[in-house]
Amino acid sequence: MTRTLLDVRGLTRRFGGLTAVDLIDLTIAAGELVSVIGPNGAGKTTLFNLVTGHDAPDAGAVHLDGDAVTGLAPERLAAKGLARTFQHGRVFANLSVLDNVLVGAHTRLRAVRPQGWGPLAELALALIRPRAVRDEEAALRAEALEILALFGERLLPRRDQPAHSLSYANRRRLEIARALALRPRLLLLDEPTAGMNPTETAEMLEIIRALKARGLTVLLIEHKLDLVMQLSDRVLVMDHGKRIAEGAPADVARDPAVVEAYLGHGEVGRAATSHLEAAQ
Amino acid sequence: MGGLLSGAWIDHTVNGLIVGNIYALLAVGLALIFGVSHLINFAHGSVYMVGAYIGWACFRLLDAPLPVTLLAVAGGCALLGVAIERIGLRPLAGSARIAPLLATIGIGLVLDQLAQLAFTPDPRALPSPLPDWRIQIGGGTIGALDLLIAGVGVGSAALLYGFLRFTKLGWAVRATALDRDAAQQCGVDVNAVNRAVYAIASALGGVSGLLVGMYYNAIDPYMGFQAGLKGIVAQLIGGMGNVPGAIAGSLLLGLTESYGIALFGTSYRNLFAFVVMVLVLALRPNGLFSRARQTPPEPLTGTFVAPSRPVRIPGWLLWALGIAAAALPLAVQNAYVLQTLGNAWLYAVLALSLTLVAGTVGQISLGHAGLLAIGGYASALLALDAKLPVALAVPAAGVVTAVLGTLLVSPAFRLRGHYVSVATLGIGEIVALVILNWESVTRGPIGVVGIPPLSAFGTPLLSAPWVYWIPLAAVALVAQVQARLLGSHLGRTLRAIREDEVAARAYGVGLDRYKGLAFGVAGFAAGIAGALMAHVYSYINHETFHAPISVLALTMVILGGLGNVAGAILGAVALVGLPELFRAAAEYRMLIYGVTLLLLIRFRPQGLLGTV
Repeated sequence: MTRTLLDVRGLTRRFGGLTAVDLIDLTIAAGELVSVIGPNGAGKTTLFNLVTGHDAPDAGAVHLDGDAVTGLAPERLAAKGLARTFQHGRVFANLSVLDNVLVGAHTRLRAVRPQGWGPLAELALALIRPRAVRDEEAALRAEALEILALFGERLLPRRDQPAHSLSYANRRRLEIARALALRPRLLLLDEPTAGMNPTETAEMLEIIRALKARGLTVLLIEHKLDLVMQLSDRVLVMDHGKRIAEGAPADVARDPAVVEAYLGHGEVGRAATSHLEAAQ
Repeated sequence: MGGLLSGAWIDHTVNGLIVGNIYALLAVGLALIFGVSHLINFAHGSVYMVGAYIGWACFRLLDAPLPVTLLAVAGGCALLGVAIERIGLRPLAGSARIAPLLATIGIGLVLDQLAQLAFTPDPRALPSPLPDWRIQIGGGTIGALDLLIAGVGVGSAALLYGFLRFTKLGWAVRATALDRDAAQQCGVDVNAVNRAVYAIASALGGVSGLLVGMYYNAIDPYMGFQAGLKGIVAQLIGGMGNVPGAIAGSLLLGLTESYGIALFGTSYRNLFAFVVMVLVLALRPNGLFSRARQTPPEPLTGTFVAPSRPVRIPGWLLWALGIAAAALPLAVQNAYVLQTLGNAWLYAVLALSLTLVAGTVGQISLGHAGLLAIGGYASALLALDAKLPVALAVPAAGVVTAVLGTLLVSPAFRLRGHYVSVATLGIGEIVALVILNWESVTRGPIGVVGIPPLSAFGTPLLSAPWVYWIPLAAVALVAQVQARLLGSHLGRTLRAIREDEVAARAYGVGLDRYKGLAFGVAGFAAGIAGALMAHVYSYINHETFHAPISVLALTMVILGGLGNVAGAILGAVALVGLPELFRAAAEYRMLIYGVTLLLLIRFRPQGLLGTV
C-alpha cells in the first residue's frame, strides 16, 4: 500500500439551507489520479475550495501527508505543496506569461526569502540582490521556460505577452504551467479542458497523462467523461453534495445511481450508459 | 440627578436621533446606488451640498416657502443625480473596475470647486423658516425643526418602501440589485433603473443637505465631504447595499456621535465615526446585521487597471533628463521657478509612494495625505522638541511614517476594491483628527511654528537652488529604490496581488506580508516627502495636509499611468509645476485637477506613459 497523500474525512459545508458538501470522504495515495465528477452544482468546486483553504468547512477534517491542514489559509497550503487551478481561469491578466509562471514558484524562493526571516530581510535582499538571489532568479526563469515548453508552441512564443492577450484555452494552459512551477505534491485541476475544442482537449489529455507518468498526484474535476475514464485511477461521483459512488472508472460508469444522477432517466440514461462503457 | 434620564441625556438622545435621521437620508441613497451598481458614490456628499445651496437660493433669492423649497431641492438634486449617472458614470460601463469609483471622486471634487467659485468658500447662514418653539419632554426639549427632520426621515423611508414594494420600477430596482445580468435578460431596462436610483438617492441626499443647513444655520461648499463620508460609514455599519441596515446604521452612528460628544467634546465628533468605520471594516466587513462567514460582496469585477503597453523610456534619456533637471538651477536663477519646481519634486515623491500602493498593488489609497501629515509632524517635532538635526529628523520621520502608516492601514489589508478606498480615506481623517486633538504633542489647532529649515552639518540650506536640489535628490533616491523593487520578485508578487488576490494566495503570497511591505516602503517615501515639506514651509497645521491632497496625488498617479515610476514624476510636474508656472489662478487649480481626473478616466485611463 502506497502512502496516503490526501485524506479527507466527513467534510461538510453548508450555505444557509443548502448543504453543498455533505460528509465527503476521500483519500488519494501518492501518485494516484482521482477524478471528481457530478452534475453542475453537485458541490465539486466547493469541495476543491475546502481542500485548498479558500473556504472553511463546517465539519470534517483534511490531512495532507499526515499533517492536519483543515481550514488552513490558502497561502499556507501552497507552502505545503498544494497547487490548484480555477474553474473559470484566474491568470494574472496584466502580468506577462513568464511572470505568471514565476509567481507560481513563489513558495520555492529561498535565497530571497530566507526561512525564519521577516519581510524586511526579503525587501533588503530584493533591493541589494546578492549573487545567490540573482542565481536563484535565473534558475527559476530557466525552469519556467522549461515548463512553458511542455505546452509546445502554445505558450513559449508568447512568454513576454500579457496574459490577458491569450486565448481562453491558452489561459487554462498557463494556469497549469503556473501550478507546475510550485512543484506541487498534490495538483488540483478544476475543469482543465472547459471551453476547449476536441483537438485541444486531446492535447490536454496527453499533458495530464505525462504529468501522471512523472509521478504527480492529481485530483481532477472534469465534465468530459472520455478524459476522466482514460486518465483516472479512481472516480468519486457527487450529486447534491453527497458521494453517490466511488471506485474504478469502469465500475462507476456502470453504477445505476451514477447514470441516473449524472445523465437523467430512461432512454437518455441507457444511451449514455453505452456511451460511458464505450468510452473506457 | 445625573444618569441616563436627566434632561441633558434626553437632549443628547434626541440630537443623536436627529443627526442619525440626516445620515439615514444620505446612507439610504448610497445603499440604493451600491445595490444596483456596486459602487460607493463618493460624489454623494457633493449632491448634499448642492441641495443645501439650492435651498439657500430658494429662501434667500426667491423667498419661497418651505414646502416649495423642499420640492425644488429634491427635484434639482434628482436632476443632478441623473446627470451624474448619465454623463459621468454610464460611459464607463465595461472599463477598468476602478474607473467609476475614481469618476465619483472627480465629480465630487468638481462640484465642490464649482460651488466654491460660485458662492465663495465662506459659510452662509441658512435660517430655518420654522417657528422657534420647543416642546418640553422630561428634562429635554424638541423643536419644530427636529420634528420636521424626523418627519422627512420617516416619510421618505415610507415612500421608498412603497416604491420598492409596490411599483413596477421598484421591483426592477430590487431585481437589478439581486442580479443585474439576470434582470437585464428578463427585459429590465437597467439604465432606467440606474437613472431612477440616482434620482431618488440624490433627491434624498439634497433634502438632507437642506435640513442640515437649517439645523446648524450654516452651509459651505465643503460641507459635503464629511457628510458623504458619514453616509458611507453608516452604510458600512448596516452592510453595503442593505437599505434597512443603512437606516439602522445611521441612527446608531448618530447616537454614538451624540453621546461621544457629550463625554469627550465636540472636536472629537468625527473621530468616533471613523474609528467605528475602521472597526466595522476590520471586524465585520459585511456590516453588523449580516450573518457571519460570508465573503463580502465583490465590488465589480474585471481587470483592475486598463491594459496597456507602457511607454519604454530608454535609459540614456532618463539619465539625460536627470542631469538636465539637476543642472537647471545653474541656468535658471529665478527663485520662484525653482521653488515651484522644488515643490513639484516633493509631490513627485508623494506620487511615487502612491503609485506603488495604488498602481502596483492595486490598493487605491485615499488617505495618502495622512501619511504626509505623519511625516511632516514627526520631522518637525523631532527637530523642534527632540532637538534632532534636520538631516536625521527627515529619515527618522520616514521610518516613523512607514511603521505608523503600515499599522494604521493594516485593518484594510483584508479588504478589497472600494472598501480599501473608504478605509484609507477614513484612516487619513483619523490622522488629521488625532493631530487636531492631541494638543500636548501636536500643539493642536495652532499648528507647529518655526520649523527649522533644511540643513546639513549645521548649515541651513535656505537658498532656492537647495530647496530645489534636495527634493530632487529625494525623487531620484525613491524612484531608484522603487524601480529596483519592481524589477525584483517583489514587483511581480505585488502586481499579482493587484490582479487577483485569490489566485495570489493560492500560490503562497500572503496578503498581510506583501501589502505591509508595500505600505511600509510607500509610507517611508511619503514620510520623507511630508518631512521635507514641513522644513521647506516652516509652518504646518492639521490642514496643511488636507484630504484634497490625496485626490491630487491620485490624479498625478493616474495621469502618469498607474504603477509607472516615471509616470508618477511626470504627473507631479505636470499638475503642480505647470499650473503654477502658467500662473493659473489659484482658486481654479483644484477644479483643473478634478476635470483632468475625469477626462483621464474617460479617455485615457492608462495615463500618459501607460499602466505597468
